[in-house]
Amino acid sequence: MTQNPYLWLIPVLPLAGAAINGFFGQRSSKTAVTTVALAFPGLSFLLALWIALGFSSSAAPYYFNLAHWVRSGSFSADFAFYLDQLSLVMLLVVTGVGFLIHIYSIGYMAEDPGYYRFFSYLNLFMFFMLTLVLANNYLLMFIGWEGVGLASYLLIGFWFTKDSAASAGKKAFIVNRIGDFGFLIGLFLLIQNFKSLDFREVFEGVTKLPANPTTEGLLTAVGILLMVGACGKSAQIPLYVWLPDAMEGPTPVSALIHAATMVTAGVYMVARSHVIFERAPIALTVVAIIGTLTALFAATIGITQTDIKKVLAYSTVSQLGYMFMACGVGAFSAGIFHLMTHAFFKGLLFLAAGSVIHAVGGEQDMRKMGGLRSYIPVTFFTMLIATLAIAGIWPFAGFWSKDEILWKAYQANWVYWLIGLITAFITSFYMFRLVFMTFWGDYRGIQVDKHGQAHAAQGHGGHGHGEPHESPMVMLAPLMILAVLSFIGGFVGYHNLFEHFLAPVFGSTEAAPAAESGGNTELVFQLISVTVAILGAILAWILYVSKPYLPQKISDSLGSFYEAVLNKYYVDELYATLFVKPLVDGSTRILWQGVDRKVIDDSVNEAADGARHVSDNVRQMQSGNLRSYAGWIAAGSALMIAYMIWLGVGR
Amino acid sequence: MVPLSYYLVLSGILFACGVTGFLIKRNIISIFMSIELMLNGVNLSFVAFAAHWHALAGQVFVFFVMVVAAAEAAVGLAIIIAVYRTRETLNVDQVNLLKL
Amino acid sequence: MISVHLILFLVFGAVAVAGAVNLLAQRHPINSALSLIAVMAALAGEYLLLGAEFVAAVQVIVYAGAVMVLFVFTIMLLNAGVEEHTKGSHVASLFGIPGVLLGSILIAWAVLRNSGTEAVAAGPWINTVSNGRPQDLPGSPETIGPLLFHEFLLPFEITSVLILIAIMGAVVLASKPPSTSSGPAKEAGN
Repeated sequence: MTQNPYLWLIPVLPLAGAAINGFFGQRSSKTAVTTVALAFPGLSFLLALWIALGFSSSAAPYYFNLAHWVRSGSFSADFAFYLDQLSLVMLLVVTGVGFLIHIYSIGYMAEDPGYYRFFSYLNLFMFFMLTLVLANNYLLMFIGWEGVGLASYLLIGFWFTKDSAASAGKKAFIVNRIGDFGFLIGLFLLIQNFKSLDFREVFEGVTKLPANPTTEGLLTAVGILLMVGACGKSAQIPLYVWLPDAMEGPTPVSALIHAATMVTAGVYMVARSHVIFERAPIALTVVAIIGTLTALFAATIGITQTDIKKVLAYSTVSQLGYMFMACGVGAFSAGIFHLMTHAFFKGLLFLAAGSVIHAVGGEQDMRKMGGLRSYIPVTFFTMLIATLAIAGIWPFAGFWSKDEILWKAYQANWVYWLIGLITAFITSFYMFRLVFMTFWGDYRGIQVDKHGQAHAAQGHGGHGHGEPHESPMVMLAPLMILAVLSFIGGFVGYHNLFEHFLAPVFGSTEAAPAAESGGNTELVFQLISVTVAILGAILAWILYVSKPYLPQKISDSLGSFYEAVLNKYYVDELYATLFVKPLVDGSTRILWQGVDRKVIDDSVNEAADGARHVSDNVRQMQSGNLRSYAGWIAAGSALMIAYMIWLGVGR
Repeated sequence: MVPLSYYLVLSGILFACGVTGFLIKRNIISIFMSIELMLNGVNLSFVAFAAHWHALAGQVFVFFVMVVAAAEAAVGLAIIIAVYRTRETLNVDQVNLLKL
Repeated sequence: MISVHLILFLVFGAVAVAGAVNLLAQRHPINSALSLIAVMAALAGEYLLLGAEFVAAVQVIVYAGAVMVLFVFTIMLLNAGVEEHTKGSHVASLFGIPGVLLGSILIAWAVLRNSGTEAVAAGPWINTVSNGRPQDLPGSPETIGPLLFHEFLLPFEITSVLILIAIMGAVVLASKPPSTSSGPAKEAGN
């Protein structure tokens, strides 16, 4: 444990950038905004690099207590930061990929009137995400957790004048909230039993607990509740519905938040809490099952989608399922490995998709694309690399991480492995489908002339430049860097290097000797995975390049089943009927008309009316009639006499 | 000798009659006379107490009560005359302009 | 114990109560006025029984002789007639009469409970200058006079001021208004 006084700068620098751009950006020049927007995250990235270079496993973990925060009885939580190998990996991913996406956004959002606002929000997001990653207690992590949810809402609904964007933002926030509710209850359980939310204290407390059913029950409950939170943030079943809608936001947002960083917060949280999960096998199984099912489920939906970003969204959900599957079988470092490589290739995929969209003037429907590889070669090449990575083809990054997961899954239960394999096949299929539909064949899009407008569907676009054109260098450079990372990023998994690096965090339970000795078996499995991936690619080739009439025939013959998949299994409609509509109806009829109007408003009105009625009646006393006055006096005095006698005056 | 309470009961009866007259009479002058009756009842009780406690102050007080009653009767009747001039009625139920 | 005192008390008391009830019962104010005079006379007798001869004399001279005469004058001046039967006040009958009954019963009960039936005790009188004649009644002018001019001088003088104000007020209120007024008022003024 060593102290590092610079840790707090890493989250706070982007916060400063967000504040400066937020307050002064509207009146500043674009150059100024850009400089501020890049400088602060850039500094954070450099700081992270510097810490990484000076990182030493023996000196780890690093910590720094910035300020006191909560001191309430026996409970205390501070603004304190904590850096170990796990945090370091996350830190580098977040700052690195984040910085690249900032650069990309300069080009993508160049003509948007909300330029300064975008970067302000983006920096704000970086602040919260880094807080989440570097926190040393669950409470500070929860602040980051909520904050990234907020930033996500702001950025999804960035073009808030568009109804669908605003609704998507709200949906994301509300569904996240449901997950956060579970998360909070888990935290309350932790506070109740360990009197602290500090990672070290909680984990020490957990390891000291005796092994009896009560303990296991408690830890299972905590684990499942934490998983509920992770389901919300990382879009797993049943709380994944917000992620496809989140594609309403600008593409850099989708890349950064909904591919590389925010959605991985759930995985990070589960990995961080591995001590709790390892002592609650039932919770781990729940995690694994949810992850596996989500992976398969989302992949099947991805086959049918025609919006390029929606395909990538479902792909993200599916890959996150893989990460949770890994955590669920106890292979936490494999999950983090996949998280890292996923950040590279999924970020690249989204950015490249943004480049494609930019090229065709705002069109996102793949059916209206095609043959783009001659128009936008750089984008094509980088996207191809990313696709090879995600499909898990050797030697790209995705191969190493996905294979690690499948191998560890097989060692836990072959069912996981089988489903994972099938999902890998489907993944490869729909990704290559995307590539072939977009870049092969003839261009099916609308030819735009010099002065015409193409579909300004996203609020981005309509340059009217004529035929599809390549993006500027400021957008291409991050693509190229990410492509390189997607290629070499997996080599850290060679000979289980990555696993060893993370071993001090996750314990040595994973560096099982079986992994080494199972060299030949592992090789066989690797071959199987690659073969499956290539088969998926070949199927996509057949269906979308050589025989393009086939998909229509297949979907027709599948009929209603195809319809169901196309409509995302009607899950959104199901939620609307089951939850949303009763809630809205109940609120309208009971809470608004019933309570607010009848009880609250009416009680106030009735009180006023009552006062008026009372005074109306009392007014009758002043009748001007002498005799009634005398009557009142007589009656009153009789009462007074009675009272005085009762008091004993008449003794 | 007559006990004090007898005098007090008589005084009370006279007073009650006065109040009742005030309540049921409609002619303003009759009401005024009821007031005089009330005052007389009270005077009786004063004198009775003066006799009971051998304090002449009670009788002096009766003297003052009579003086005040005379003054009040004079002014009150003058007011009645003034009201009669404007309202042309001695019925107290018809002099009810002071109402809400 | 029956004594002359008691019989006289009862006689005068009966006259007083009869007069009071008659005052209530009569419809014409002049009859009520005459009943009131009878009540005052009976009360003067009661005062004498209690030894207050000066007060009794003042009662007859001032109260019955001056105030009631004033009442009779006014009744005749205004030509007050038989009472009309107008719509009365509900409150007066509903709350007032029971209130009066309740009040008087309560007072009677309180009085009777405490003072019992003990007779008026004999003994020296306070604030008197005895001139030694035992058959003198305590409330004679010789005893009241010094009180009025020594202990009660201030109220005495103030009441004289009060009478002065009352005279002025009565004159002002009852005089004819300066400008000519309508018919009945003129008649009444004459």
